[in-house]
Amino acid sequence: MKERKVLDQYSQFTRRKNTFLVIFLVLIIIIAFVSMLLGPSNIGFKDMMNVFAGKGEGADTQILLRLRLPRILAAIMSGLALSVSGAVMQSILRNPLGSPFTLGISNAAAFGAAFAVIILGAGSMQSGGSDSVLINNPYLITLSAFIWSLVACFLILLVARMRGATPENMILTGIIASSLFMALTTGLQYVADDIELAAIVFWTFGDLSKGGWRELVIQAVILTPVLVYFFRNSWNYNALDSGDETAQSMGVNIYRLRMRGMVIASLATASVVSFYGIIAFVGLVVPHIVRRLIGSDERYLLPGAALTGAAFMLVCDILARTVISPLVLPVGILTSIVGAPLFIFLLVKGIGSSQWK
Amino acid sequence: MISLKNISFSYNGNMVLKDISHDFLRGSFTAVMGPNGSGKTTLIRLMNGILRPLHGAIMLRDIPMGKIRQDVLAQEMAYVPQVQMNVFPATVFDTVLLGRKPYIRWNPGKRDKEFTSSVLVKLGLDDIALKDINRLSSGQRQRVFIARALAQEPDIILLDEPTANLDLQHQHEVMALLQLLSNTGITIVIAIHDLNLALKYCSEFMLLDEGRQVAQGSHDIISKELIEDIYKVKVRIIKEEGQTFIIPLKPL
Repeated sequence: MKERKVLDQYSQFTRRKNTFLVIFLVLIIIIAFVSMLLGPSNIGFKDMMNVFAGKGEGADTQILLRLRLPRILAAIMSGLALSVSGAVMQSILRNPLGSPFTLGISNAAAFGAAFAVIILGAGSMQSGGSDSVLINNPYLITLSAFIWSLVACFLILLVARMRGATPENMILTGIIASSLFMALTTGLQYVADDIELAAIVFWTFGDLSKGGWRELVIQAVILTPVLVYFFRNSWNYNALDSGDETAQSMGVNIYRLRMRGMVIASLATASVVSFYGIIAFVGLVVPHIVRRLIGSDERYLLPGAALTGAAFMLVCDILARTVISPLVLPVGILTSIVGAPLFIFLLVKGIGSSQWK
Repeated sequence: MISLKNISFSYNGNMVLKDISHDFLRGSFTAVMGPNGSGKTTLIRLMNGILRPLHGAIMLRDIPMGKIRQDVLAQEMAYVPQVQMNVFPATVFDTVLLGRKPYIRWNPGKRDKEFTSSVLVKLGLDDIALKDINRLSSGQRQRVFIARALAQEPDIILLDEPTANLDLQHQHEVMALLQLLSNTGITIVIAIHDLNLALKYCSEFMLLDEGRQVAQGSHDIISKELIEDIYKVKVRIIKEEGQTFIIPLKPL
């Protein structure tokens, strides 16, 4: 009798979380449509539907399918990748300050991308200006970004293994790693010519307009197995949340789980940074918003972070395109302007506390 | 049930445990006692497979523990660490449901949830099933962790200082609960500092001093000389209503 009551309460509790996920999914679709309609050239809902039906005008089709849609998909995939990576890093390190940016992984990936362009010749400049970097070899750039992000990732794991993953240790290591890779990037600037210099600046602030369909396909190919892996391991991350010894006693190989999780989260981060540059705060703030809204059960946190991250990036992208229209701001600037005060707010309210008591 | 066969262990070259042997029988409730640094916690962690012995073997039903897969072992043996706070909040239900981990591949099923709710009811935690465990008292939290161990359906439960940081009432509640569980056939091994609590509730005792096994057996092994020798404290032992109490008097 009592057992039934507890079960009913629990299924009601999880139903609310599922409802949240569905609401966010619907929200993303709505925001994506709104985003499709926003821009300097006036394209109405009807025109858009015509384009989707294959009956649109040439100019509309060009703008929607070659400019706006890739940008929207880039926002969704990047937001999702960074947020899920952030949530996983927080759980793996049992540390609320974990995120690709705070741990220095984003900076390392940006250095790797700049390294590939300048030293390995994977990209070239067409004219000058920050939006004219031509990526000749996106595979090489992603690979280089990934390899350098792994360097930062191993640094973190090394410190965590030797000194424990305390908030202080992690954040200090993150600051050191960020500074190191920023210095290395600056070093590249020192030896670069004007054109290469513009290419480096390009990676230091994230901009979604750089990617095209080719980049999106690469990103999708990387992110699909990454997400499957993370979702599959959500129970293991739950076990890690309750402490190393508890997780071990439940049969979780914590060292392997940490190592793989960090490497895979770094790969997801590299897939974003290598194409669009550093997008700060998304990976840190979004998981905390989700933790407050639906709690920290990884089974819901990870998909919740994916959806909320996508929605957050879509909104930031809309703001980037509209605040000083027709000029388009790099979205990385917007995520910082929106994300930093939001994080301070969460900090004041108490990180990790949740309304689901 | 579980046997220690001449096990030794060292941390960075320091021998922490030396040549320990003991058979833990089914349904026994054993207290591992000894001063700080005597190796109690290390012993519990060795038995749990978190650490591997340097020499000797730990046998579970005559099978060397090193040969049992960790997830299979987790279906036989549960571990309750010292009470700690979660970094991220979790509800009581989710915490106990986590005990089903060794049985779950991807997501918990209907049976896992039903089992969890029956454990919650059994331990009187059903009213706080959806509360955040970080907001509970230490006593309640310890109960939740014991519930999580029970959700593993183990034959053996190992606990490290289960009564540390608990007030008097909760200390006795937790020990009485463990005694009850041992009466149902679960083998229970605890590392514990409080001699009187151990004497009241446990059936077997194992005393360690500087990594050596000094004594083992039931209540009759506890003598004034033994306690004074190990703890370097002058004590008086009194017996009242069939119970033994150790009263520390002054350091020797």
